[in-house]
Amino acid sequence: MAFIEVAGQQIEVDEDGFLLNPDTWTEDVAKYFSKEEGIDELTEDHWKVIKYLRDYFFQFGIAPMVRKLCKDTGFSLKGIYELFPTGPAKGACKLAGLPKPTGCV
Amino acid sequence: MTEAKKTPLLDDLEKGPWPSFVTEMKKAAANNLSAQDLLGQLELSYEDKKAHWKHGGLVGVMGYGGGVIGRYSDVPEQFPNVEHFHTVRINQPSGWYYNTKALRQVCDVWEKYGSGLTNLHGSTGDLVLLGTKTEHIQTIFDEVSSFEEHPMDLGGSGSNLRTPSCCAGPARCEFALFDTTDLCHELTNEFQDYLHRPMWPYKSKIKISGCPNDCVASIARSDFSFQGTWRDDIKIDQEAVRAYAEGGFDIQGLVIDKCPTKCMSFDGSELKIDNANCTRCMHCINKMCKALRPGDDRGATILIGGKAPILQGAMMGWVIVPFMKIEPPYEEVKEFLEKCWEWWDENGKTRERIGELILRLGMRNFLRAIEREPIPQMVVAPRANPFFFWWPEETVQD
Ligand code: HEM
Ligand code: HEM
Ligand code: SF4
Ligand code: SF4
Repeated sequence: MAFIEVAGQQIEVDEDGFLLNPDTWTEDVAKYFSKEEGIDELTEDHWKVIKYLRDYFFQFGIAPMVRKLCKDTGFSLKGIYELFPTGPAKGACKLAGLPKPTGCV
Repeated sequence: MTEAKKTPLLDDLEKGPWPSFVTEMKKAAANNLSAQDLLGQLELSYEDKKAHWKHGGLVGVMGYGGGVIGRYSDVPEQFPNVEHFHTVRINQPSGWYYNTKALRQVCDVWEKYGSGLTNLHGSTGDLVLLGTKTEHIQTIFDEVSSFEEHPMDLGGSGSNLRTPSCCAGPARCEFALFDTTDLCHELTNEFQDYLHRPMWPYKSKIKISGCPNDCVASIARSDFSFQGTWRDDIKIDQEAVRAYAEGGFDIQGLVIDKCPTKCMSFDGSELKIDNANCTRCMHCINKMCKALRPGDDRGATILIGGKAPILQGAMMGWVIVPFMKIEPPYEEVKEFLEKCWEWWDENGKTRERIGELILRLGMRNFLRAIEREPIPQMVVAPRANPFFFWWPEETVQD
């Protein structure tokens, strides 16, 4: 498995660059990922989505459905893509340190 | 170029009369390292009778949430050139009509950045480019989408609207009861957002056939199946019927007796159809296409729910709209689809197809949400059990 180095820490990721363990996440990890997911700077709106995803994940053990994400954060899907150009799964979930979405992608 | 690995098991599949995929792969492998390693990895899979791809993979292009299927080899030390082997879905033209220019362009791009191997076409309909590296995905997309002539976009993947597909339609088929290619193209354009940005509980597919012969198998392979139909009388050219009879064609045995509703008769010179009892199965028209034609009042039947077994068992679509006029700009079709998706998105559980949701919450809830009345054509037979729910307002309370 591959590692990324963030703020002096070695963190394990899979081949798509997702964290293997959500507990190894830090804000620096989100900043680190933001570059490769086409985000110049993480704004308050970005953090709001990231924080929501992490809270939801630790409460329910899964990522929320897209409709739920939009409803609860108040962003439209278009708004989410403006924040995270690679979308809620590859973009937002990755920055939030959630496990890689699986299934018939 | 390294020397090609030995592939005795695959070589066996170059024998026999059918075009051999191994021969094709070897052609590609002659000047492409990842095609070469793919052959090697496939041979290994034949040896140990198991796949050598890792679970999952999530790659894509900026702005889209789907369209590319990420895939990684689990034996990259042996086959480094298929360590990444991502698949790019390209939205096919309606009915798979190409000119050579369109195909040459996409081949040129694929030769440069991919394995040179393709699938024409994926079962859903996309032109499938098989095998590239993560760093090339955006470039491939940028190039195919900016061709001056015939630019191409990605198709769908993920929990979204998948690439719609349609039968050959009126471009080549006299049975087509509306312009399948136009509707397919129009819906693809109208719902680009749903296609490129997964937002639903699960996948949703549209397939469009011009008549009940259903040449794209829409009833079995799409959540929304459109099948052309008509609601007036079958057109009969009695002259041509007699020509069939005189030519020795057994009209009685092959057509009249095979009509599922027994609504036809032939007295040797005149063919009669009791159209009120015809279910428009196409059999007589298929058999005597020079003499019989579908009527002039044309539209489509819309069926919902077709899907593969996971989770609740395989389903074929069942009738929701017995007849809808299908005419540009297709407002009624679009409104209908939007209503269905809205209800599904609101009520569906993660990974629940619309057919399964209808099964779970019941037709009555679904029909109420999309504002349609229950009608006999929606069922094969009425219920056989008495466990009937009434709406609260239907019960008498004292
Ligand atoms: C048209 C519908 C129905 C008819 C004609 C019917 C008829 C009957 C009859 C004749 C008995 C025997 C009564 C006795 O010998 O004391 C019975 C018992 C029973 N029925 Fe039904 N029934 C119907 C629907 C239902 C439904 C929908 C349920 C449950 C949801 C149900 C649950 C039962 C139960 C639990 C008993 C046994 C009662 C006992 O053993 O004390 N029935 N039913
Ligand atoms: C989902 C749960 C249950 C369902 C759907 C159910 C259904 C039924 C039905 C349809 C009958 C009628 C049989 C007949 O007379 O033809 C019946 C009878 C009966 N059930 Fe249940 N039942 C359930 C749970 C239970 C439980 C938990 C108990 C007891 C702890 C129980 C005790 C009985 C008894 C004593 C009878 C009457 C037997 C007889 O007629 O001799 N049932 N049940
Ligand atoms: S489905 Fe009907 S209209 Fe379409 S190609 Fe087949 S026979 Fe022709
Ligand atoms: S279309 Fe089918 S049901 Fe109708 S008359 Fe012909 S054979 Fe009979």
